[in-house]
Amino acid sequence: MEFDLPFIWAAVIAFAVLAYVILDGFDLGVGILFPFFKEKHDRDVMMNSVAPVWDGNETWLVLGGGGLLAVFPLAYATILPALYIPLTAMLLGLIFRGVAFEYRWRTKRGEFLWDISFAGGSMVAAFSQGVALGALVQGIPVENRAYTGGWWDWLTPFSVATGLALLIGYALLGATWLVMKTSGPLSERARALAMRSGVGTLASMGVFSLWTPFLEPAYLDRWFGWPTIAFSLIVPALLLACFFLLIQGLRTGHDTRPFAASLGLFVLGFAGIGISFYPYIVPTSVTIWEAAAPDESLSFLLVGALVLVPMILAYTAYAYWVFRGKVDPEEGYH
Amino acid sequence: MFETLDATLLARFQFAFTVSFHIVFPAFSIGLASYLAVLEGLWLWTKDEVYLALFNFWKTIFALAFGMGVVSGIVMSYQFGTNWSVFSDKAGPVIGPLMGYEVLTAFFLEAGFLGVMLFGLKRVGPKLHFFATLMVAVGTLISATWILAVNSWMQTPAGFAVNEVGQYVPTDWWAVIFNPSFPYRLVHMVLAAYLTTAFVVGAVGAYHLLRGDAPKRAKKMFSMAMWMAAIVAPIQIFAGDMHGLNTLEHQPAKVMAMEGHYQSHPDGAPLILFGIPNSAEQRVDYAIEIPKLSSLILKHDLNAPLAGLDTVPKELHPPVGIVFWSFRIMVAIGFAMLGIGLWSLWCRWRGTLGENRWLHRTAVLMGPAGFVAVLAGWVTTEVGRQPYTIYGHLLTAESISPVDAPAVATSLVAFIVVYFLVFGAGTFYILRLMGRLPRDPMPDLQGGPIRSAGITPAPAVASKSGSYHHGI
Repeated sequence: MEFDLPFIWAAVIAFAVLAYVILDGFDLGVGILFPFFKEKHDRDVMMNSVAPVWDGNETWLVLGGGGLLAVFPLAYATILPALYIPLTAMLLGLIFRGVAFEYRWRTKRGEFLWDISFAGGSMVAAFSQGVALGALVQGIPVENRAYTGGWWDWLTPFSVATGLALLIGYALLGATWLVMKTSGPLSERARALAMRSGVGTLASMGVFSLWTPFLEPAYLDRWFGWPTIAFSLIVPALLLACFFLLIQGLRTGHDTRPFAASLGLFVLGFAGIGISFYPYIVPTSVTIWEAAAPDESLSFLLVGALVLVPMILAYTAYAYWVFRGKVDPEEGYH
Repeated sequence: MFETLDATLLARFQFAFTVSFHIVFPAFSIGLASYLAVLEGLWLWTKDEVYLALFNFWKTIFALAFGMGVVSGIVMSYQFGTNWSVFSDKAGPVIGPLMGYEVLTAFFLEAGFLGVMLFGLKRVGPKLHFFATLMVAVGTLISATWILAVNSWMQTPAGFAVNEVGQYVPTDWWAVIFNPSFPYRLVHMVLAAYLTTAFVVGAVGAYHLLRGDAPKRAKKMFSMAMWMAAIVAPIQIFAGDMHGLNTLEHQPAKVMAMEGHYQSHPDGAPLILFGIPNSAEQRVDYAIEIPKLSSLILKHDLNAPLAGLDTVPKELHPPVGIVFWSFRIMVAIGFAMLGIGLWSLWCRWRGTLGENRWLHRTAVLMGPAGFVAVLAGWVTTEVGRQPYTIYGHLLTAESISPVDAPAVATSLVAFIVVYFLVFGAGTFYILRLMGRLPRDPMPDLQGGPIRSAGITPAPAVASKSGSYHHGI
């Protein structure tokens, strides 16, 4: 039988992006929450809780970008110019956030600077990613294999709203991560922050869901057409269930349940967006089949991806396993 | 001020700027990752604590350099799309999967095991930790392999066809990856990374030998670095020569620019040592040249004819001045490295490696030389590829995104400011770490003079150096 390679690849890329969002989401979230913790020692523990894994988490972003170039070059070549400013801002934010992991421990005098760099970089990166998502949902005009809009088209009330929404969502992931990985007053503070950001995340998702169908008739058809209307009913129900688990877990002192419930919220939200986009990869200009590279390219990389992605997941899981449990507050940096 | 500049020029400058900053870090971390694996392996094998101490010292520096490499590298993976979207759309089917493999086989491997390597010795024990260090080192080499396959394909494309929408599509992956210049470029670059690291390690060792503050570790790293210099520098010069011959075969215009050969020489071309290329007049002013030597080097025959840029249409000339000079800088540094390597062998034979202060001072001075050589080499090969992005097939001017000049200009300024700030601070921290050889990791070595039994190997005991009087 003939495999639908572009479809398989769309699923793989979607998986990479989802992996990025939830993994880097929580460590960007830890950065976003930095200003809510004033104590140096708390900040040390917060940073240590993600220091061994952030680099691997960010690699999914490179896979998303590199994978897009490899298998959907037309999407890569039209989305990136359209999102020129937010993506550049994201990259600069990630630079400030990433170097802070090392720099912060190399200076006493300048430590506050790298605290700002860590928190500010995380916020800028998260906000820019949200803006990029919003701009993508709005749609990107493409003609003759090129982006035809201007370099400020991405900036609308909607994209700013999605930027803020993702900021709140990542803060939730970060807060529940800290609930799971830390102990004592730091953990309790994180619990309170998780409660607030959890409510904020659910509210943002509600606003997003009500706003999106009015942006583009295609989304309206998709959401209320058959058979996708089934998802339009199931996804919100599951979202509410996750939200309930989150709140209940936070109230009853669970360590891991709030984080798992937050991941659930993100996976469901992501699935909702995926269903809305399909079959477009550049909404609403280019479908996944129009953007796909020739089968020689898709199959060549797919062979490797099918072998290597499970291996990557295995040793990534191992790295998380090595650093399992609560962060020891006394354990220093390397 | 930017209205007068066009987007192509700005985008080229932005790419050159960001990739130049970026390459510095991998060039260092490829070599350093291997060095760390060697140090940890020697520690496990010999149980000599000096290797563990050196491992911990360089590990911290590696973490900083690697972090900078990661964040500056992510910028590269997105810049293809933001600024060079036409190139990405056309070349994506060929180069994209290679970069995809780089991420899958190298980046995840490095990132997955880096955390264990940096933080996990106590948690996983020495054997698994050594495995993690090896995986990081292997990851850096795999990464170099894929990205150099991509770059080499852009220099000497092979194994592809053009489809109905104008995309380059693969027809033979083997030919794409093992394109004509790939093996030469890979060897040349990995050796360059090793040499670069060796000279950094050597400079740090020499610095501490001069200060006399940690003689055992300082001498150990200096000695290891000088072995590398003595062994690798001649191999590198040979590999560079092979690479040059390969370039002559596949990208003759680049070699013409490197040599400053505007004119053809039907009976033996001179080697121009120095001069000022004058592209307007198509000649090299004030040239100091050795007759027929260029033909001897490139064709192994004094009287072999060599074509010049006069055989290439003028609009397809690479910028001669830049290529001419960057090539000379690279070669000069290569021979200086060879000189240091030979000098160190002489000192080693005389037993003065640990005390020849002129050798140490020169080694400190040569610390950054590898970076300069790597940058000069890349400028030579990348500028020498112009006016093409995909040599012979896609012009740089046709590769650019439909993006407005102000957007490129704004992001360019942002990158320049942020890079100098952030990577300037990082370089400062690295230099400061290099300058402080910490005493703490070796508490058992602090008490007493250095000659206490069981710590100092025989050659160091035998040496009469003044720098050994202070203990570690």
